[in-house]
Amino acid sequence: MAGIEIRSLRKHFGDLHAVDGVDLSIRDGELLVLLGSSGSGKTTLLRMIAGLERPTSGEIHIGGQRVDGDVPPRARGIAMVFQSYALYPHRTVFQNIGFPLEAARLPRKQIDEKVRWAADMFSISRYLDRYPRQLSGGERQRVALCRALVRDPKVFLLDEPLANLDAKLRHTARDDLKRFQRQIQTTTVYVTHDQVEAMGLGDRIVVMERGKVRQVGTPQEVYEEPVDTFVATFVGQPPMNLVEASDPSLPPGTLMGFRPEQFLPRGVFGAGEDLRAFRFSVRRVEYLGSDRYVYGSVAESSTPDATIIAKLPGTIALSIPEGQTQEFAVPRRALRYFDAATGLRRRA
Amino acid sequence: MIARPSLADREDVLGGMMLAPALAYVILLVGVPFVFAILLGFSNATAGSLSFGWAGLDNYRAILSDPIFLRALRNSVVVTIGSQVLVVVLATAAAQVFRATFRGKSFARFVLLLPWAVPVSLAAIAWTWIFDSTFSVINWTLKAVGLLHGWLYWLGEPGLALLAIIIVQAWRIFPFATVIVLAGLSSIPQEVVEAAIVDGAGFWRRLFRVELPLLLPVLAVAVLFGVVYTATDLGVVYILTGGGPANTTHVLPTLAFQRGILGADLGQGAAIAVFLLPFLIVVAFGMLRLAHRTEVGGAR
Repeated sequence: MAGIEIRSLRKHFGDLHAVDGVDLSIRDGELLVLLGSSGSGKTTLLRMIAGLERPTSGEIHIGGQRVDGDVPPRARGIAMVFQSYALYPHRTVFQNIGFPLEAARLPRKQIDEKVRWAADMFSISRYLDRYPRQLSGGERQRVALCRALVRDPKVFLLDEPLANLDAKLRHTARDDLKRFQRQIQTTTVYVTHDQVEAMGLGDRIVVMERGKVRQVGTPQEVYEEPVDTFVATFVGQPPMNLVEASDPSLPPGTLMGFRPEQFLPRGVFGAGEDLRAFRFSVRRVEYLGSDRYVYGSVAESSTPDATIIAKLPGTIALSIPEGQTQEFAVPRRALRYFDAATGLRRRA
Repeated sequence: MIARPSLADREDVLGGMMLAPALAYVILLVGVPFVFAILLGFSNATAGSLSFGWAGLDNYRAILSDPIFLRALRNSVVVTIGSQVLVVVLATAAAQVFRATFRGKSFARFVLLLPWAVPVSLAAIAWTWIFDSTFSVINWTLKAVGLLHGWLYWLGEPGLALLAIIIVQAWRIFPFATVIVLAGLSSIPQEVVEAAIVDGAGFWRRLFRVELPLLLPVLAVAVLFGVVYTATDLGVVYILTGGGPANTTHVLPTLAFQRGILGADLGQGAAIAVFLLPFLIVVAFGMLRLAHRTEVGGAR
């Protein structure tokens, strides 16, 4: 049980600042997700916590102990699950799970007990004698988790552990992972580029871009109160619409942001709702079963060609003909304002 | 009208034509002499005469009761196994060194490969100087460091001469093995090695429990090449010791050459030369099976 403190951490590879001054405090027992696209520095940050990468400068404390510098991975009380699972192909499942215990020179009997306990927990006991190549992707992933679990680590580090699973399996695996983490209550740092995964799993999300932390917050905070246009457009699918609108009530150079699911035909809203209306020229409608995505542009924008997306739930049966202009609206409480120059949030 | 297929479209004809030179080379220069050697082993043919009489197993009976042959057979086995053990150790160590990045790495790699590229005869002549009874650098160095009292007659004593042969054979093969092991190391997924680091395995545990087992198929291939190169090599022993002193350091190829060509007893020479064949076939088969099995077992 341990929290992690990270202070002005940097990692430079030549001119590339992979991690560029990160301050972060990870609470004891929480599941923290590092979210970012490739090259955002999330994996480098994780690898520095693991001790696989040496920081250029800055501090890392795990459970109050300073570990940056010469503390090797094995002395940090961490366990890591890799994207490829990195199972030892020449060892059976039992030998894979037991490897960290062998390295810790535990007596054979104890290794046997622990491996069986962990395998039981992930219901892979019947595969103990098999080799990794004889397992499916989901089973391998569970073996990798098992191998991390047996060491009784202070911190779990997971590097996109679900990325190699097919979409169907990913849902159940995500649920398993979350339940498992709740149960053992071990501090977990989880790296992903998939914002749905981040939202679904994280107690808190750290949005990273180009080596810097853009925002730290609960999934709800990050989604509803993004601190800048990057977070606003990175989190959420489809991304938040940004419209530079000349509105007399707003200072010049203000971007208006609203989520596609808040942008609906005017008639849908009740009479008492405080609305901001737009004339929405519909270009194309995408029928996705549970939703309809409506692509178009709004005349009020100073860049009228910019694509604006509306996400209509299947419960709205209204016909939206392509090529016509319609009256759409956003409730004013759902509007977010950003500085067009800096991208930062503006409180209106 | 349908155009007639041109030669370039006729894969069957073109394939045969392109294979023909290689096939002719192998059949004429390897296959035919090989069959001849086997036949000669059962004959009483001699150099300088065209007579060819069937001798059955006489040649084999003769060599098996010949202490010089038995000594040569033992030497062949000792030299082959000894040099290959050295090669495996040296190649694994060298590969670890060359995996690191350091200044002058490409130059060092070039130097490493030299022994493999130098003609055997030239290298063996250089080694005769290194092991020379008067000028041996090894002796001079050991003396200077104070490790040697007295003098080592490298090529003059059977035991030392055999050791010298093992050293030269290992020196000759290990660059090639190093390159193979390096290729093997780079095929081990980085994440697997990192997983072992995170799992708390130190350098030796990583080497013996993760890397070497994963290298096994590649090592098996390297050793197989080494075994064949060493067991069939004539040049090193011929130049270094000539089989001496007193026929104690002969290996099968040098003895076969001495008996068959210099001694003109083609039948016995051939019998000596092909004697190792069945053993080499078994070794090759075993190695390839090992390589295949671990490869399948090692597939991710």
